[in-house]
Amino acid sequence: MSAQPTGGLDRRAAMAALLADRGDDLVAVPGLGSTCWDLAAAGDNDRNFYLWGAMGGAAMVGLGLALAQPERRVLVVTGDGEMLMGMGSLATIGIQKPANLAVVVFDNGHYGETGMQPSHTHGGGVDLVAVARGCGIETTVDVRDEAGLAALVGRIKTLSGEGPLFARLAISAAEAPRVLPERDGVVLKNRFRAAIGLKA
Amino acid sequence: MNASVAAVDWPEQLYATLKRAGIRQVGYVPDAGHARLIDRVRADPDIHDVVLSTEEEGIALAAGAWLGGQRAVLLMQSSGVGNCVNMLSLARTCRFPLLMMITMRGEWEEFNPWQQPMGSIVEPVMKLNEAEIYRATKPEEVEGLAERAVQHVFGDERIAALILSQQLIGKKVWTK
Repeated sequence: MSAQPTGGLDRRAAMAALLADRGDDLVAVPGLGSTCWDLAAAGDNDRNFYLWGAMGGAAMVGLGLALAQPERRVLVVTGDGEMLMGMGSLATIGIQKPANLAVVVFDNGHYGETGMQPSHTHGGGVDLVAVARGCGIETTVDVRDEAGLAALVGRIKTLSGEGPLFARLAISAAEAPRVLPERDGVVLKNRFRAAIGLKA
Repeated sequence: MNASVAAVDWPEQLYATLKRAGIRQVGYVPDAGHARLIDRVRADPDIHDVVLSTEEEGIALAAGAWLGGQRAVLLMQSSGVGNCVNMLSLARTCRFPLLMMITMRGEWEEFNPWQQPMGSIVEPVMKLNEAEIYRATKPEEVEGLAERAVQHVFGDERIAALILSQQLIGKKVWTK
């Protein structure tokens, strides 16, 4: 089974597109591993809460945040492996339906951080878009090219509507250099809270 | 139901404690011991009641709530503690305030032996995760312990486990 890049969007370019002109009302939570480095590479921001662990928890951190801050847009960007571990959280989000939450999965079909072993989504094995839809998330997007990415960026700009947004991006399995953000969890927590006007 | 249980309505007191503490999100996997509190929370328009598919989701939910300026608590049965272990690293690494209210199975007069293995290690597991333990056995001590747990968690951004013992909750009635 090949771990070579087989097409798909460039992860760094995709993250940069999602975060371009982000606006102060957007807060971002990446899953651990590659999407965390991708978010750091797109430009550090106090409104990013980098997860270096807690695999399977990214979407739920996003849910708690979205419920607490309904006037802000909450963007979770995670990988297929991280999403698979927290797949039940899509069911939980499907019930809550916060309109200000977007969960975006960079799906390269591999566990990148551990040596590019194939994941369940490899070769179309598991369809995360169908999972999200089955969990009651009505707005789901399957992004396979630049035009699809541009349309997704437009939707995230407003992120208003009847419910949460789930997007799966077909991402190239090419690995990008690590860009490491702050890793002290207390610092990350306090700077995030201060940046949105809360007591650190 | 004995006289002291009838006299002290501890589920109602727990709800009142949550309200005084300004809790705005309650994550839970249902347990019979939490049934009345869950009903109260679900009927409260000022609290987001979040039914979870597994208890570890709640650890991440509470972290997100705190990042967004809201206080959360988690309700679960003893078996759910085992589902939380790795995710507790999120609360510990970042010092997120985390209050877990845990109804016990597998101890006093348990009929189902499958509950015993996890029930017997709830307190050690929570202690290993740097949680302060508050164990309630009698109805009249629940509210005071809950208040102290709230102070520990939100006053100092720490983890606490309020353990609601099986003796407090009462024996599960098994009928065929």
